[in-house]
Amino acid sequence: MSHEHVSNTKRIWNVFFLLSAVTIVEVVLGIIKPESLHLTNILGMNLLNWIFIILTIFKAYYIVWAFMHMEGETPALRRSVVWTVIFLIIYLVFILLTEGNYVFEVFKNATIKWNF
Amino acid sequence: MGSTVTTANTVGKSWDGGNNEPLGASYGKLMMWFFIVSDALTFSGFLAAYGFSRFKFIETWPLADEVFTHFPFMHGVSAPMYYVALMTFILIFSSVTMVLAVDAGHQMKQGKVAFYMFLTIIGGLIFVGSQAWEWKNFIHGEYGAVETKGGSILQFVDNKGKRVALADFAVVLPEEREQLTRGKGKWFMEEGTLSTYSVNEVLEGFKARPDLLVRTEVINSAETLKTAQGLNEDKSLNKEKHKFILSRAESERRLADATLVVEGANLQHNEYGSKLFADFFFFITGFHGFHVFSGVIINIIIFINVLLGTYEKRRTYEMVEKVGLYWHFVDLVWVFVFTFFYLV
Repeated sequence: MSHEHVSNTKRIWNVFFLLSAVTIVEVVLGIIKPESLHLTNILGMNLLNWIFIILTIFKAYYIVWAFMHMEGETPALRRSVVWTVIFLIIYLVFILLTEGNYVFEVFKNATIKWNF
Repeated sequence: MGSTVTTANTVGKSWDGGNNEPLGASYGKLMMWFFIVSDALTFSGFLAAYGFSRFKFIETWPLADEVFTHFPFMHGVSAPMYYVALMTFILIFSSVTMVLAVDAGHQMKQGKVAFYMFLTIIGGLIFVGSQAWEWKNFIHGEYGAVETKGGSILQFVDNKGKRVALADFAVVLPEEREQLTRGKGKWFMEEGTLSTYSVNEVLEGFKARPDLLVRTEVINSAETLKTAQGLNEDKSLNKEKHKFILSRAESERRLADATLVVEGANLQHNEYGSKLFADFFFFITGFHGFHVFSGVIINIIIFINVLLGTYEKRRTYEMVEKVGLYWHFVDLVWVFVFTFFYLV
């Protein structure tokens, strides 16, 4: 709990500049799409997309920890929220993407042409 | 006033959430966390469904930086992502002013809380307005395309690979096609808005311009190259991770299947490619925009309460903290929508 009533203004602005910097990096990469990153695949996805997703999670961490003040909550509350959500999302994404990929294969290898 | 103001004579008469605070959080804050967790899972469900459809059509999915290329007052300039980056900044900034309001609330500074809440509301309104503008551009479309009887989209480029709008080459034929409306129909019959050009006008225009080529939805990759047919002989036109551009002969062959002229996007047709892309775009950004809109409304209510001094009387600005949680959550969702719709 955050009952210490000190001003966190400095930290808030620091986090804002950090998030802005990360967004600028994302946008610049998204516009340039450097071929060395865009055409290099690691673990089934190109490096550029990995960078985008990691930066997104980085931003999400700062929004939840600094802005939503998760860092000031009790560990029990923090874990109940964060672990639950992360577990369910990983589970859901894994299942749906696997299934999506499977349906793609079925369409692709089917004798019937579906998109022409 | 009774429901919003706690004064000395209501203490003990209304329920204050109980004195027992599990997890060290007050009743209201804990409930806001419950709501946020469930809403986060709802949004994850949507985004995961988007991922499912994208994986299902991985070889033909539209490229976002070709779809969202508009910037206000810059007509005809392709500015991919600048506008959505600006929207992201606006939302992050309104998150900052919100957290500054919460911070000022901790110090019981009524004027500062009101000021920062006001900035947050303005930021939220600008964001919703921007989203509406983005929708407008998406719905109106830019170049136009034709849809084949198999449901795939054919777009037009010149021999340099640059996109060409239908208006630049379609001819006007002496044919007339009246839109069917309820008033003219026999039995509740009507049809949607007719496109500016008919399929014939586009095909005739294409014939008259030998430099034009068709661009398909298929993305160039090692996998799709194996089955691709009739690609343009000019190798520089078909770059990896770009859409295939066909030869002139193949273009004409594919155009013979054209059944519909598509301008812009709606829930049934989408000039940018996969129809599902438009569906998910409308649904997910619409649902997020609805969250921003309700966030603005809630912020306005709290803002009025701050001005009235409600929280001064309560000696706590915790209500600002609670709506702050919601507001940051909306920002958090946008960070993910931004990544998965515009970047990845």
